[in-house]
Amino acid sequence: MTGVTRDQVGSGGDDVETVTTTPSTVAATSSNMTTTSTITSMTTTTTTTVTIGPTTEVPSSTTATAMTSSNLLDQNNSSSTEVAAKSSAPPPNRDHTPHHIVYRKMERIIERMQEENIGVPVRTVKSFLTKIPSVFTGTDLVTWILKNMEVDDQNEALHLAHLLAAHGYIFPIEDHILSVKNDSTFYRFQTPYFWPSNYWEPENSDYAVYLCKRTMQNKTRLELVDYEAENLARLQKMFSRKWEFIFMQAEAQSKVDKKRDKLERKVLDSQERAFWDVHRPSPGCVNTTEMDIKKMCRMNRPRHGSSAEAGGSQKEKTLTVDELKALIKSLKYKLDRHSIKISKVADLHVAYYEMYSEYDPFIIAPEPSNPWLSDSLDFWDQEKNAKDIPARRVRRWAFSVEELLKDPVGRDHFAKFLEKEFSGENLRFWESIQDLKRLPMSELPKRAQEIWAEFLAPDSTCLVNVDSKSYEQTRQNIQESQADRWSFDTALVITHINMFIKSIRSKVRFNNAKAHVYHLMKSDSYSRYIRSDMYKDFLNGAKKKVNFLSLPAKFKRT
Amino acid sequence: MSADLSLQIDTPAESIEALAKEAESLKAKLEEERQKLNDVALSTVAQRLENVGQLNIKPRRILKGHQGKVLCLDWSQDKRHLVSASQDGRIIIWDAFTTNKEHAIALPTTWVMACSYGPSGSVIACGGLDNKVTVYPLVEDDSTQRKKPVGTHTSYTAYCTFLPNSDYQILSGSGDSTCALWDVESGSRLQSFHGHSGDVMSLDLAPQENGNTFVSAGCDRKALIWDMRTGQCVQTFDGHESDINTVKFHPSGDAIATGSDDATCRLYDLRADREIAVYSKESIIFGVNSVDFSHSGRLLFAGYSDYTVNVWDSLKCHRTSILYGHDNRVSSLKVSPDGTAFCFFVLQYSKLGHHIEDLGITTTGLPLPNAVDQRCHKELKLPKFRIERNLHSKWTRL
Repeated sequence: MTGVTRDQVGSGGDDVETVTTTPSTVAATSSNMTTTSTITSMTTTTTTTVTIGPTTEVPSSTTATAMTSSNLLDQNNSSSTEVAAKSSAPPPNRDHTPHHIVYRKMERIIERMQEENIGVPVRTVKSFLTKIPSVFTGTDLVTWILKNMEVDDQNEALHLAHLLAAHGYIFPIEDHILSVKNDSTFYRFQTPYFWPSNYWEPENSDYAVYLCKRTMQNKTRLELVDYEAENLARLQKMFSRKWEFIFMQAEAQSKVDKKRDKLERKVLDSQERAFWDVHRPSPGCVNTTEMDIKKMCRMNRPRHGSSAEAGGSQKEKTLTVDELKALIKSLKYKLDRHSIKISKVADLHVAYYEMYSEYDPFIIAPEPSNPWLSDSLDFWDQEKNAKDIPARRVRRWAFSVEELLKDPVGRDHFAKFLEKEFSGENLRFWESIQDLKRLPMSELPKRAQEIWAEFLAPDSTCLVNVDSKSYEQTRQNIQESQADRWSFDTALVITHINMFIKSIRSKVRFNNAKAHVYHLMKSDSYSRYIRSDMYKDFLNGAKKKVNFLSLPAKFKRT
Repeated sequence: MSADLSLQIDTPAESIEALAKEAESLKAKLEEERQKLNDVALSTVAQRLENVGQLNIKPRRILKGHQGKVLCLDWSQDKRHLVSASQDGRIIIWDAFTTNKEHAIALPTTWVMACSYGPSGSVIACGGLDNKVTVYPLVEDDSTQRKKPVGTHTSYTAYCTFLPNSDYQILSGSGDSTCALWDVESGSRLQSFHGHSGDVMSLDLAPQENGNTFVSAGCDRKALIWDMRTGQCVQTFDGHESDINTVKFHPSGDAIATGSDDATCRLYDLRADREIAVYSKESIIFGVNSVDFSHSGRLLFAGYSDYTVNVWDSLKCHRTSILYGHDNRVSSLKVSPDGTAFCFFVLQYSKLGHHIEDLGITTTGLPLPNAVDQRCHKELKLPKFRIERNLHSKWTRL
């Protein structure tokens, strides 16, 4: 038992530090507290807008919690330090987690909200015999966001407010559901001590102490709701042996609480409750502290991951010679690389959009109808149908060879054209290589031989026209090399052929030959096809059909 | 002793210094060169285009049936089937059009992070915390009996996808900072891709038919373009300030879009070899989990951790729509193969929900009555449903 404690005391050093530093703020706080009380006494009218800086609340609550924890330390109980140590020990690289990036941004917003004069007006509201200290309304908050942040509309402002609430930076004073409504519901700022960025993961034992404390405070507003009672029962069972200790802690804390000023206590109670609403949300609420599983794996990975992380944070310093050399090499490579001007690239992007906007169902509604909207399958059926091809589909074939070959109907039509030109073997060769790529590795060599025999071997029936260089390389690929295929393809990348063909995975030994064929098709057959009467006729035919079909519809509409 | 140490450090330090200097000067030179090319902003050029206007996107289908968070999904090439994997340890194959479930496969691991629909529509692949890539045939009888382990990484499988037109090759990206190309039949690794210095979070194949390049991105804040045949990285893009969670090729294949924890999406052009657009807004503070393009490349759909989907005009660089109303993180988003719809999943643990959306907004998801804090479950190391039952009996006893 003691051994365990000693270990944890070491890591709990930070925590002890925070405890010792806080008393220095005590003096400041006490003065703050007096100002708070004077202000509240001054606010006799129900809504005088006095910005009681939540800044004044901040230290007071910090000390409060510090006091309680120092109390616990006085009792010199081993597991209190254990709890404190665990909850405060920061994981190695937590600043890089997605959560902390968001927390930092949120805290910046909250700080702006709390600025005097330009912040959200915080006031103390007097209703009947009670005072509600340091609150603001949902409307105030949303108005502030609309005025001070770049948001489109009220919905977005409300959404942002809701997110701040869900992460516990602001909270409704009456409710366990951390969300924001755009009305006169009252909200309060959370003290920085309870900000989620300060906590890693509060322990169940802390939660047990808190719930236990709540049961001691004999007030209706502090009564446990159902789910909290359930949790308490469960925790009691879980900590059955330690329960006495938890009870003692709770007792000590509530004793401290009782000594406090009434209004201050109200604020603190609500802030503590909001803290647990974030970390132990009520059923149906999203636990915002939950991490993405991938990121969690990364965090939890022992040394390897964190060292990589460290490398990321202090890049230049930790680079080794090899890494630097690699960096220089890549930089040189980048410098040598020919890049296009942004204006040109932008033009290309715009042109691409203009070309394809017609085919984007989100931009222009598809003909005859979007199946998801109309619940009719016409759109998909039409695609399968090889007879009535809409003109816009045929037009697409002229965009590029890829577009033509992608469309089975287009490919068929192109094949017919090639037959007429007596160069059909080119397309068949291309197709058989497409098939080849669908095969598993084990069947590949056999099929490759077959393709070789059919299209490239000297005695083949329909020889594909390939230049001697490509032919020789392909022959080597097929007949000689077996294991060497990846390295072969390295050579292929370098060849000019790659300029014409952006296709073919490396497994295909026919790369060279195929690319050449493709090039032939592209430079000769394809352009001839697009210019041919055959294509134009087909396009016109499609147009006519469409016109014919769409005309009556138009009449109907008018 | 200490002198020795300092000596040892000194020598490499000097060369490191020299090298670092060289790298710096090269960087400056590169920056200069690039600045020359950076003559005009994309949004300026795109000014001549008309605005796309407010999109009327509404949920059209809601697929209910998962009991846990849905982490990934993929469309089938038939444009209407979907595969989705959830933390409840199930993979469900949906006919999204009718919202019927066609298959449900129970997996040995509850954390499935990646799934992919085979091009033939008869197989699916998945992977996750088990570090594996596994292929399941979609057959009438028990698919689990016929599962086929394909590959194993040394860390979690973050993403996997079949190569176009082939059920026999799978590309996967992993937390071990590598990507790998696998042969399904033999289970052998055809190619490894080393180059990332952090977890690979996402990858995407070049859209050209039979393209032999792909892009991967990850926690080292870089997006790398790879040549599949050689295993070499051919282009690198950086600029993000935090982990890149998602990467997607522009439909033209000449640009990539990335989404990151720094709450921005960025567009990098392969021809210009640089970032050409940043999509961000002051009010958007949460990370991006998933992006996809509409078919013309004009619209960029991005799913965020703040429970929204923002639709960006990729050319004019402003937001055209925002879709609210989801109750948890949008973990995965994909546009259907014919671009008629997009589907995204909302991370849920007390709710079910993924939506096929198309032209419009709003959402649902039915809250389960008794969701108890997850962390407690974790601590007790019991499956969730069992605790709930226990709790129930406990509660009744109380």
